[in-house]
Amino acid sequence: MSGTASISKNRARGARRPDLRVIGPLVALVALVLIGMALNPNFLSYANITNVLARSAFIGIIAIGMTFVITAGGLDLSVGSMAAFVAGLAILVMNALAGSMAGLPVLLLGIALALLSGLAAGFINGILITRAGIEAFILTLGTMGIYRSLVTWLADGGTLSLGYELRELYRPVYYGGLFGVSWPIIVFALLAVLGEVVMRHTAFGRHCAAIGSNEKVARYSSVAVTRVKLATYVILGLLVGIAVVMYVPRLGSASATTGLLWELEAIAAVIIGGTLLKGGFGRVWGTVVGVLILSLIGNLLNLTDFVSPYLNGAIQGVVIILAVVLQRDTGAAR
Amino acid sequence: MKKTLIAGTALIGLYAGPALAETIGISIPAATHGWAGALNFHAERTVERLKAANPELDFVLTTTSDPGQQVSDLEDMVATRNIDALVVLPFESEPLTAPVQRIAESGVWVTVVDRGLSQEGIENLYVAGDNDSFGRTAGKYFADTLEDGAKVVVMRGIASTVDNERVAGFQAALEGSGIEVLAMDHANWNRDNAFNLMQDYLSRFPEIDAVWAADDDQAVGALAAIEQAGREGEMIVVGGAGMKEMVDRIRKGDKTVPVNVTYPPSMISTAIEMTALGLTGAAPMSGEFILASELITPENAEKFYFEDSPY
Repeated sequence: MSGTASISKNRARGARRPDLRVIGPLVALVALVLIGMALNPNFLSYANITNVLARSAFIGIIAIGMTFVITAGGLDLSVGSMAAFVAGLAILVMNALAGSMAGLPVLLLGIALALLSGLAAGFINGILITRAGIEAFILTLGTMGIYRSLVTWLADGGTLSLGYELRELYRPVYYGGLFGVSWPIIVFALLAVLGEVVMRHTAFGRHCAAIGSNEKVARYSSVAVTRVKLATYVILGLLVGIAVVMYVPRLGSASATTGLLWELEAIAAVIIGGTLLKGGFGRVWGTVVGVLILSLIGNLLNLTDFVSPYLNGAIQGVVIILAVVLQRDTGAAR
Repeated sequence: MKKTLIAGTALIGLYAGPALAETIGISIPAATHGWAGALNFHAERTVERLKAANPELDFVLTTTSDPGQQVSDLEDMVATRNIDALVVLPFESEPLTAPVQRIAESGVWVTVVDRGLSQEGIENLYVAGDNDSFGRTAGKYFADTLEDGAKVVVMRGIASTVDNERVAGFQAALEGSGIEVLAMDHANWNRDNAFNLMQDYLSRFPEIDAVWAADDDQAVGALAAIEQAGREGEMIVVGGAGMKEMVDRIRKGDKTVPVNVTYPPSMISTAIEMTALGLTGAAPMSGEFILASELITPENAEKFYFEDSPY
């Protein structure tokens, strides 16, 4: 395929001469780390770093999937509500099964259910967008409301909490780990590497970019547009399921406020990372950096009294804009 | 399209029922967090109980998730259901003041719950928890039990009048006690935010003697972070609102969670019952009814534990 050759040529050139557009998010990340070191000596402590990485994992895992959706010219606003709904459903079913089965099978069933229902929710989004031709923004705005209401309904307006024994059994999935690195961080890292490889080195990744940049041309170039677009939403749904599997053991509960605004944080992370909001170009490593930038801002604001807590949102806004400004294409306007 | 619209309006008109019945409109925030969930639970239960007891009473219950929607709900209630009384927990004080005032001026009985309107004298009845007392009770407990020079971190809720009043009460009670407040940040009455904030407090301060989480959802998040850091036993955590898990820990004598402060969501029942009484009975019901915040201790915890409540 001729498109493949030119893309790899571009990549080779980029690797030789990294400009600010490419390393912009990294510059912002390094700047935040330096500020953190200056503000608080505990910033680089083992506990703080693992805390920040582990709490980034949920949005990070979702944002990896979001990178593919956005690269292919789509959008998904429903992921935060979807996460809350999948978490609520898994907790409800695990609690219901707890009486009749041993702990471990219940847990495995709950995890399988979370993954499957995430996959199904992603499939519903994808099929309605690709087959019924509903605008992704509107459709996922609709499903966002539906899932948020469903979890509120499941929880009867309150909080769904995992039974005590299951919670103790499940706990190590968030708090445990290998060699002092907790599971959410390990899973996030593995998925990030996998996502980067898929985006850069597979036909699927290139097809996403081709569709996002010009759907018609992609169709004429015999890209299975509908199937690829559907796949991006299904993958995102599955990743939401994985994020939920990591999220539930943390507090063992889900409520109507679970995953609130996760969709916007995920989208912000993707864009900070250099993926184009209108599609056509995406990079997973940038998304990972974007997620870390967002969590670090929150962490830094908590570690200092430097600004009034009323202004936290303003600081976040400024950093997001700065991170994107840093990577503006100063050459030919895109 | 037009036909269905007309038919729809006709249906609503029919549904409004016999003109003799007294209709009470109830507008409260949607169940978006634990406390509001319990509020909804108690509102629905009270409506069912009153309906069964008074066949001549009719109720319209709406839940809203933003002030704009609440204004529309109120307009619909007046236009289509012709309500005789309104029980409203304003989502926000400012935007709801003028609409509620118009309804009051049209002769509808107005009961305002918990969040006051920004102008005085509009409502006939005001039923509310005492936010100042909520903070003051927790602050007084700290001042009485902690040593001079003890270090406290505070979790605030969503930036709002409620939060400000609580914090002001808390600080007033601590005055002159020699207790040092290390930091105050917002966790927005959310478990996940509280978990992250507590993690950061723990990395930032090597010594913390007490956490005022100010809300039981926040207390849940804070406790999980403290357990993760393995620093249980170093500090106490005081939440608020009387969530049943917290009350359960108190009655079992948990060292980390010694007390709690009430802010009963069942105040909506008080408001609906008093409004119904005012409409149907002869007893005077106008004025203000302020529910004090009580300290839940291991000794009295049993009285505050409700097995079937969702909160």
